[in-house]
Amino acid sequence: MSRVLMCPPDFYGIEYEINPWMRVSNQSNGDHAKTQWKTLTRVLENEVGAKLEFMEPVPGLPDLVFTANAGVLHDGKAVPSQFRHPERQGEERHFIDWFTKKGYEVINLDPEIDFEGAGDLLGLPDFWIGGYRQRSDIRAYVQLSEIFQKEIMPVELVDQRFYHLDTCFCPLSGGELLYFPSCFDTYAQTVLTSRIEQDKRFAVPPQEGERFACNAVCIDRHVVLPTGCPETMAWLTQKGYTPHPVELDEFLKAGGSAKCLTLALD
Amino acid sequence: MVNQTVTLQGHIIDSLILAKVLDTILMVGGTFTLTEFTVGTKREDLSHATIRIEASTPGLLQEILTAIQPHGAVVEVEQDCTVMPAPADGILPEEFYATSHLATQIRWEGNWIDVPQPEMDLAIRVKTSPLSANMVPMASVIKGDLVVTGRKGIRVFPLERPAERDVFGFMEALVSSERPYRHVIADVAKRMQAIKERRTHNPIAPKVLLAGGPAIVHAGGREALAWIIQEGYIHVLFCGNALAAHDMEANLYGTSLGYNLGAGRSVPHGHEHHLRTINRIRAIGSIHKAVEQGIITEGIMAACVDQQVHMVLAGTIRDDGPLPDVITDSTKAQEAMRAAIPGVELALLVASTLHAVATGNLLPASAPTVCVDINPAVPTKLSDRGSFQAVGLVMDSSSFLGELARELGWKG
Repeated sequence: MSRVLMCPPDFYGIEYEINPWMRVSNQSNGDHAKTQWKTLTRVLENEVGAKLEFMEPVPGLPDLVFTANAGVLHDGKAVPSQFRHPERQGEERHFIDWFTKKGYEVINLDPEIDFEGAGDLLGLPDFWIGGYRQRSDIRAYVQLSEIFQKEIMPVELVDQRFYHLDTCFCPLSGGELLYFPSCFDTYAQTVLTSRIEQDKRFAVPPQEGERFACNAVCIDRHVVLPTGCPETMAWLTQKGYTPHPVELDEFLKAGGSAKCLTLALD
Repeated sequence: MVNQTVTLQGHIIDSLILAKVLDTILMVGGTFTLTEFTVGTKREDLSHATIRIEASTPGLLQEILTAIQPHGAVVEVEQDCTVMPAPADGILPEEFYATSHLATQIRWEGNWIDVPQPEMDLAIRVKTSPLSANMVPMASVIKGDLVVTGRKGIRVFPLERPAERDVFGFMEALVSSERPYRHVIADVAKRMQAIKERRTHNPIAPKVLLAGGPAIVHAGGREALAWIIQEGYIHVLFCGNALAAHDMEANLYGTSLGYNLGAGRSVPHGHEHHLRTINRIRAIGSIHKAVEQGIITEGIMAACVDQQVHMVLAGTIRDDGPLPDVITDSTKAQEAMRAAIPGVELALLVASTLHAVATGNLLPASAPTVCVDINPAVPTKLSDRGSFQAVGLVMDSSSFLGELARELGWKG
């Protein structure tokens, strides 16, 4: 059974602006956010069959809810995130405490290197892809390759609205890919189109990409994604996946959705 | 033009990161040389590239660096070299840097300083007041000397092709006896003439060195070599006891190791001639005195004394005598040879394995070198021991010296 780490949105809110989605003037509704988050947990547990683990929310750290940015976990090793923005750096020690408590071998990158965890590093069957330029430093992938003994292809993210790889790129369990091409520079687009067969990749339409269609959670043949992405859902269905749309608009106000709210632990 | 070296590592090939960095350099207006490139052998292995960027102005260079740094290009940070004191006389610190015979600089307090007289297999000693660096043999280091350690802050410059478009410009180590050699000898002669010409204006600067073995005398190259020396083409001579002894034996007895050089047959009791020669010179006190007193009147040694050639005679374990001029302490002989190297702009290593290798070890890579031996193993050995600049000629020493002398105008 797939295990997923989440953090209740008790202290979630728009308290600062570190991406183009965030507007302090466009405050999230706390009750709605809690309801939407609860729905997500219910879908993951009951419909997808995931086993959820929860972190303790911390006052003053509104984005701790986005556990995808805790770090990267693989083979019992955890490399914790080193956030670019000071607003999120306070989260680091809570994630490290959780990894340590759960028995992971915690390995830190060089302190001057920015790296924002599973938000920017995602695995395909044969290799991993690392997003850089917006939040993570490309040099992180040299160290991560050595730590995990994996081939990691760095890809440049060029749209500030899609500041993490997981906002515009979603590998699926069968080797397929959802992605939003215009978020990548031409070199990265060439890499993706040359390494992944055409019928295995779906370029999400812009209106769905902007709804964070790619910020989806794929567990086995289930894909949990934000509502308002009918074409993506149709493609997923055609490929034999079961899409689970969940209303997560309160989190889109902070530039996050289903994937940002979860960290795969397996 | 200004330049800066950067490094790039990671999975930079399939990800097109290397292509992007190189394209960016060109697009911003610079040029690049990929000076080093290591490709990972397994999928998870990292690849490394070292890229030297050139730009027309410092501003443009900065613009290029700003454009490529986000893609992982790291500006190579220059660091000072590290030093450690020698723990005892004649002992280098464990991590000492071993030199090459290429031009070398070390970085000290942010400045690059030259290490003069490059020579292979030495250490680098730094003196701080006034600041200087020099290459030092292991045996000469004194306890407490600051010796360069590790590899940081050391720059070695590859050998540039000489401007002259002659045999040395191609730096091919010719070792075959089946290749034409006349053009090599002609090129050597041209260099010797040019050096002699320059010495008329500046007598201390350029020098031609000859390191030779006694086969020169046995094989009949004596007259040609004596003429070359007498004409002022050779300025340093490295040899052992034997070359000098047999040359003077030829003068006193007409034999070389007992063989009559004219008739080509052994002479009764001829094997004693070189011993009697050595004994005679020992009685006189030195080769110089023997020439000055008119005992030795012609030949290689007489020409050397007459032309004030800087001679270093280094002894070996099998020497008879030896002659009083022979330095029998090999460390002292090496020091004396080393002291004669500065200014050598052409080295001829003729018919002597040990002197050829010993001299090759002392020469900077920038000194054009010809190694002549009837045995192809000698030039090969020299090249294998690091003197890659040496051009090998597989031929008899007397033929070589005869042809060289004729190229220079000898009528013999």
